[in-house]
Amino acid sequence: MPDRLYGVDLTLAYDQRVVASGLDVSIPDNSFTVIVGPNACGKSTLLRALSRMLKPRQGAVYLDSEVITSRPSKEVARRLGLLPQTSIAPDGITVADLVARGRYPHQRLLRQWSHDDEEMVTQALAATNITDLADRFVDELSGGQRQRVWLAMVLAQQTDLLLLDEPTTFLDIAHQVEVLDLCAELHESRGHTLVAVLHDLNHACRYATHLIAMREGAIVAQGRPAEIVNASLVEEVFGPACRVIPDPETDTPLVVPLRRRAPVVS
Amino acid sequence: MIIRFWRVSFRVDMRTAAVCLCMVAATLVVGVFAISTGDYHIPLGEVVRTLLGGGTRSTYFIIETLRLPRVLTAILVGAALGVSGAIFQSLSRNPLGSPDIIGFTTGAATGAVLEILVFHGSTQAIALGAIVGGVATALVVYLLAFKRGVQGYRLILIGIGISAMLASVNSYLLTRANIDDAETAQVWLTGSLNGRGWEHVRPISIALAVLLPAAFLLGRQMRMLEMGDDAAQALGVRAERARLQLLLVGVALTGVAVAAAGPITFVALAAPQLARRLTHAPGVGLLSSALMGMFLLSLSDYAAQRVFPSVQLPVGVATGAVGGVYLAWLLAHEWRSGRA
Repeated sequence: MPDRLYGVDLTLAYDQRVVASGLDVSIPDNSFTVIVGPNACGKSTLLRALSRMLKPRQGAVYLDSEVITSRPSKEVARRLGLLPQTSIAPDGITVADLVARGRYPHQRLLRQWSHDDEEMVTQALAATNITDLADRFVDELSGGQRQRVWLAMVLAQQTDLLLLDEPTTFLDIAHQVEVLDLCAELHESRGHTLVAVLHDLNHACRYATHLIAMREGAIVAQGRPAEIVNASLVEEVFGPACRVIPDPETDTPLVVPLRRRAPVVS
Repeated sequence: MIIRFWRVSFRVDMRTAAVCLCMVAATLVVGVFAISTGDYHIPLGEVVRTLLGGGTRSTYFIIETLRLPRVLTAILVGAALGVSGAIFQSLSRNPLGSPDIIGFTTGAATGAVLEILVFHGSTQAIALGAIVGGVATALVVYLLAFKRGVQGYRLILIGIGISAMLASVNSYLLTRANIDDAETAQVWLTGSLNGRGWEHVRPISIALAVLLPAAFLLGRQMRMLEMGDDAAQALGVRAERARLQLLLVGVALTGVAVAAAGPITFVALAAPQLARRLTHAPGVGLLSSALMGMFLLSLSDYAAQRVFPSVQLPVGVATGAVGGVYLAWLLAHEWRSGRA
């Protein structure tokens, strides 16, 4: 049985610039998949194509065995949620209102606030630990809190698949771990399939059940981090020479870059 | 407050509802006052009596042929400008995004001025020219601003440029015309509700009966677009299509308003923001902007008629004066809060 979300022979391009061609990718069901790679390798582009935001020049992305762009966008939004890299919080909106907007795919003109809507918003606020922030204005919150609000909005969408485009890039380490721990919990106890683009390779190794390493628009390797991440892969994909040791906390691969030269001051 | 029955459900914000009701009441009060003023003063009680079906034949005549259509035009044009302003401010995510700044109003004026000065058209032709001018300008601005979709800032900047060019076209046409035509055109360009009769009320009512529901139907998608294209598309909104539909409705509303009363400035700019400040709602609201627009324009027209006892100023002068103060305040406020 094929996975729910996969792409076949994808050629992805922006205007004249081709980012990837002939790409085949499949997201294992019920996995926490992380896509890693150097800057401009096409990982965000791939995520956008998988979420139907970018139409492939050639090839197609399939969701539940149908071409993803053949279904109405609102219907896809009930099965697949995306946390984009940049979103704008309207001036003066409260946390509860913003999270409630995530219910849009389930609402109709005359059915704008059903019991389900209310229930899902409450659950989403609880899952992201921001119930006590519900009446605050979003523009008053810190970066970490705001990211949790956006995450709650995607959760309120009530989708099985969650795509996250660099959810931790602008956060400090405490908040990065907080968001990733939340994602891990969503994956393990709530059974969501997650696909995230992460910059930090060590975070990716720690949290992913399935890692996809890309370079220059092609997939170099994919599989469980413990199986595929070694020094030669890191060097091939990213460049710097490094050592890979088991993480003392989680036993997953920990990438430690080699020292280039002796320190000037000892 | 949540309203639920059968399978219908929606939320109503209490404060917004209260503000809207107050504005309806305020507009009615201003309307009654406006009907009572003029060369022949009609006492307020008499006005209400006549509107409800009683009153003498002469008061009925004055109200029905002269005063009522003018007040109704003010209300309808105000609503059209309010909603159109709200649409553009939402799409451009900028309180300065308004059809008079983006050039559609100027373009509608150019169309009408061409009709007046070059084609010497009838009233209907002038109105049609306004609508065609507005739509044509919108098309040009949209095409020039399109780059993998229309982003807020590009729309505003290109609109300002086009507006400046069209303003000079209008001035040029005025300099080339004979003095009588130029005077007619100049008066028209200020924006006025003088002499508005049922022949103005009827077409704008029909247009609004189509355009306002269309705008409200698109209201939810408009709110989603305020979060950015990516977030909106992730939730299932067809961003570019929704934006195009909203632009069409906004431009049509502008065109209809200009056709009925000339290019009245600042109502489209000020109404949505003033409504927002009263309702404390996030983003701009279509209904509250419509009602605020109605109230602002009726009030401006009433003030313009009363402020100098011997002269009836065109309403465009009043909105320009008030609007200028508002704009200065808005800029100062944004600057102080560190956002300009």
